[in-house]
Amino acid sequence: MIEVQDVGFTYPNGVEALRGVSFTVNNGEFIAIMGQNGAGKTTLVKHFNGLLKPSIGRVLVDGIETKKTSVASLAKKVGFVFQNPDHQLFSETVEEEIAFALKNFGFEEETIKKRVTWALSFLELKKYRKTSPFMLSGGERKRVALASVLAWNPEILILDEPTIGQDYKQKEKLRQFILQMQTQEKTIVIVTHDVEFVAECNPRVLLMTEGRIVADGQGKNILANPEVLAKSSVVPPQVVQIFSRLNELELPKNVIDLYEAKDLLLKKLEKRLR
Amino acid sequence: MVIIETKNLSYTYPGGTKPSLNDVSIKIKAGEFALITGPSGCGKTTICRCFNGLIPHFYKGELEGEIRVADKDTTKHPTFEMAKEVGLVFQNPENQLFALSIEKDVAFGLENLGVPREKMRQRVDWALKLAGIYDLRERSPHEISGGQQQRVAIAAVLAMQPKIIVLDEPTSFLDPLSAKKIFEVIHDLNRKLGITVVLVEHRLDLTAKYADHIIIMDKGRVCQDGNPRTILGAESTRLIGVGIPKATLLFQMLAKDGLKLGSVVPLSSDEIAQSLLEAIKPHD
Repeated sequence: MIEVQDVGFTYPNGVEALRGVSFTVNNGEFIAIMGQNGAGKTTLVKHFNGLLKPSIGRVLVDGIETKKTSVASLAKKVGFVFQNPDHQLFSETVEEEIAFALKNFGFEEETIKKRVTWALSFLELKKYRKTSPFMLSGGERKRVALASVLAWNPEILILDEPTIGQDYKQKEKLRQFILQMQTQEKTIVIVTHDVEFVAECNPRVLLMTEGRIVADGQGKNILANPEVLAKSSVVPPQVVQIFSRLNELELPKNVIDLYEAKDLLLKKLEKRLR
Repeated sequence: MVIIETKNLSYTYPGGTKPSLNDVSIKIKAGEFALITGPSGCGKTTICRCFNGLIPHFYKGELEGEIRVADKDTTKHPTFEMAKEVGLVFQNPENQLFALSIEKDVAFGLENLGVPREKMRQRVDWALKLAGIYDLRERSPHEISGGQQQRVAIAAVLAMQPKIIVLDEPTSFLDPLSAKKIFEVIHDLNRKLGITVVLVEHRLDLTAKYADHIIIMDKGRVCQDGNPRTILGAESTRLIGVGIPKATLLFQMLAKDGLKLGSVVPLSSDEIAQSLLEAIKPHD
């Protein structure tokens, strides 16, 4: 559980990145944090593993105040995959990269081997086992960064822009993986601009603007509300855009799923066309 | 007129075991808005590096076949000469920013070309404003966010006013509204100034509607090349793992269930909404 209590954060250069932010993430929840560039999304999630400590207020991870503990001790509980994979990759081979944290956490050799193999095959990186991460494409490097964190199976997983550079198949895999994590009561927090991905997953959405949370609710309620989205520079997903142009059909307002949209349209149009 | 042409182009990175480009033959016409897409690792970024000569001049490796860009054989012309013809915006903006201020980064290419001071001032301000970062011009490119860095990289290329702009996932770090605005600016430059645009993107929901031409790559090869409506409307394209726009998918799904919305495959929400509205209009 992550508890954010009235948190404010000001960078040393005076930029006030977070103002009075409060919310709770329960175990097993899946949350997407969205909002315009510079809204404070990344700053906020860096508080979850103690990389940043609040200037005012408190952040508690499973009851432990982040100010009173170290990043190292939080790391095993909270896995963090950065926006830019180049900020976290440094090993000679993909395999070593994935094994690195496991070694640091003192896992046994046999376990390390198993976990590395699992992560490699799960993210379709097996063929790159011995390749330098820097030889890989942007999308593949991103997957190596993800694999290196998944390998140690943290309780809370924070993914900053996980869909950047990922093709449709990889995104679908990521979605399946998140669903699977949820069945294991793991907590997933993603920071993303990818409205279509969020529409497919329908998680709880926190919308941010200028360091504040301006909306908090189920994806289908927030993403289908163009007025709220506009404040945070988020463009509604295509299904919402299509429905908003079909006022005369009197369709329900909170549809973000493509299949649901299709069924509703067929039902409405069958009547009209007859 | 063809402005980019490759014939049987194959390329293997130094130390690579498999070719990243395998017998690629494509033609892009001057003034086109071409979209290159395909699964991650398919060779999209690699082919972009060929367009301005980064391959083979910087990356070395093994290049075979022919490539002509703006009437020049890129293997025979150094990258700085190609830079006048082709502006490249990389996937990762950090890789191309280096100056002490944003303004200087944007001016760098023009300084190298020896553009007179007054003209340089105008072009830099124009590009900064188009990219929406004029107010940030005195900041350092390394103290701004990833999204803002992407805008700087785009401005630096726009300032050069090249014949061809190649953009490799140029808005991946930008919020959706900023991304939309950047794509609109690029589309506008394409339409008004006739600049040829080659855009590499996964997110076809945002971009398919701008394209005149789409090239889909898989495992280093070109597997589809042609009209976006024909290609994105085809069942086989979805199977490659390309993210077909939701509007196009909805059109296909409705057709499967017996609701045909005309013969023009929609690429955007506006287009499918239009077809739906027409379908429910009372008939005479």
